[in-house]
Amino acid sequence: MSAQAWLDVLIAVIGGAVRVGTPFLFVSLGECLTEKAGRINLGLEGVLVLSAMSGFGAAWLSDSVWIGVLCAGLAGAALALVHGVACSLPRVNDVAVGIGIMLLGTGLAFHLGKPLMEPQAPQIPSLALGGWSNSAAVQAALRINVLFPLGVALAALLQWGFANTRWGLLVRMVGDSADAARALGTSVNGVRIAATVAGGFIAGLGGASLSLYYPGSWNEGLSSGQGLIAVALVIFARWSPLRCLAAALLFGGAGAIGPALQSVGVGGAYYLFNALPYALTLLILVLSCSPTRSARGAPLELGVSR
Amino acid sequence: MAGSRNWQPTAEAFALPLLSLAGALVLFGIFVALGGRDPVAVWRLLFVGAFGDAFSWQNTLQRSAPLMLTALCVALPARAGLVIIGGEGALVLGGLAMAGLPYLFTPPAGWIGTLLLLAGAAAAGACWIALAGWLRVWRGVNETISSLLLAYIAIAVFKQLVEGPLRDPASLNKPSTLPLAESLRIGSIGSYDVHWGLVWGICLCVAAAFWLGFSVHGFATRVAGGNPRAARLMGLPTGRLVVTACALGGACAGLAGGIEVAAVHTNANAALIAGFGYTGILVSFVARHQPLAVIPVAILFGGFGAAGSLLQRRLGLPDAAVQVLLGFAFVLILASESLRGRLFTLPAPLRRRTSIAAVAGAR
Repeated sequence: MSAQAWLDVLIAVIGGAVRVGTPFLFVSLGECLTEKAGRINLGLEGVLVLSAMSGFGAAWLSDSVWIGVLCAGLAGAALALVHGVACSLPRVNDVAVGIGIMLLGTGLAFHLGKPLMEPQAPQIPSLALGGWSNSAAVQAALRINVLFPLGVALAALLQWGFANTRWGLLVRMVGDSADAARALGTSVNGVRIAATVAGGFIAGLGGASLSLYYPGSWNEGLSSGQGLIAVALVIFARWSPLRCLAAALLFGGAGAIGPALQSVGVGGAYYLFNALPYALTLLILVLSCSPTRSARGAPLELGVSR
Repeated sequence: MAGSRNWQPTAEAFALPLLSLAGALVLFGIFVALGGRDPVAVWRLLFVGAFGDAFSWQNTLQRSAPLMLTALCVALPARAGLVIIGGEGALVLGGLAMAGLPYLFTPPAGWIGTLLLLAGAAAAGACWIALAGWLRVWRGVNETISSLLLAYIAIAVFKQLVEGPLRDPASLNKPSTLPLAESLRIGSIGSYDVHWGLVWGICLCVAAAFWLGFSVHGFATRVAGGNPRAARLMGLPTGRLVVTACALGGACAGLAGGIEVAAVHTNANAALIAGFGYTGILVSFVARHQPLAVIPVAILFGGFGAAGSLLQRRLGLPDAAVQVLLGFAFVLILASESLRGRLFTLPAPLRRRTSIAAVAGAR
């Protein structure tokens, strides 16, 4: 392979980091918010698939991409509400309910999404940031989903909000010590349900980015575990929204390696390249976890940081 | 007083799952009614398609065989305290080993060769799930996430090998491996259209129940799962027990894949990735991780799977309809956990309130 081909791959991977990383960003921000309140929602995988389907369906029916994005968020919030309420019952395990939500969300999405395989829906517009360059590859790489800047702003807002607002402190208090929250007269379950629902809405925007921007259509293999990778990313990002942004870009880049290599003619191990993000997630979990101490920055009420 | 209430836990063990399933069926009925279909017809077809006649019974039992084994892949680690949901990966690797090992050596014809290949399938599954357990013990990596990631990696390896080096050149639009030799396949039981995998499933469930209930090793595993701190204080090798339970569970799921290849598909192809691993999670949770309870629950959910194709043919429902039903069932089963120990005493708070009111009134 020539130097130019390698350069093209590199540019495609950088562009792909943003394109593929946007859903990771939204889901990990949603999970970050949920986990800060002391619950883990593995069901965000189901939320991602269901919201991708709902967003695509709504955009197709209404012919307006923004109604689609809104519906994706609302569908995600509705499914997350089921998780939040079910986990508020006594002696109900949040990890197990998450598996149930994963099954339910994908089942509902596959069932209701059957008629949506064929049609074309309006797409989320993109920002052309590569206008300064003459190279078509650079221009293609820098054409950015408008949801991405929104996600970056949201990450910054969450980072600031957790430290400086009444709401942020409330969420963190509930996540770090339910007893302290109760002593102050805060409804622990209320805050957790609110955080889970808000997290579901944010993750739903990631679903919209999947079905309405890249790959930009609805099919049953659309997500295949991206929601779950995003959940693992939060551990890697040590529960910091800005580090979630960095991790999402890293994983977006890893996910873009397979298609980028294929586009320059290296297609020998197609499936293995596509499995790269899963392997990378596992590697990062191995490196960032420890059996003897809970992870730094982990909300203390969280079961997963045992 | 306490003695007279001994029947309650047993009654709850049956009533809670049954009530949850009934609730799931009602929700599913509302769901299909919203889609403009007659819920009563759907319920009837669910029952007819699962248990209506000899044909549907055979279909049901055929599907319940792998479910028993993949449910054990959840149940055994769960008894050691781990939530493993990557059984699909172990199943797929087991199927790959079954179809792939004859490329490496020529197994002896007949049942010895079949057993040899099944052992390979079990070993492949065991290694995969044991890896998730070992990562938990060694690095504290959450096993629920890691096992599912490992399942995605296993499926990628499967597709890569089946569509690449192991591909039978004759399989044109449905990539698959070379078919298993006739003498190595697993046949059906007598004249029924049910293969011997069902017997494997039932026997392994019974064996698992004996291991957990009557062996020292099984008891130690339950202690390690129930109270890891107590287990360590007693000097039990908790890490080794956990990894062993994972390996045993993974071996069952690998076996399921091997049996599916040897009895149903005759070669490894993408049809093997049919979601048995995921339904097995639900079976194990409904059975409360009790190996003996896995048998009837697996038959019930095998029945739902069998009825799914009937719903598809008769009413034109999508194939994911059963998945929706299973999703409702899963969430309700977990939520019903909060009623455990209180199902028969629910009116008690009301009684207490009235008696307090009576006292206050008398004062």
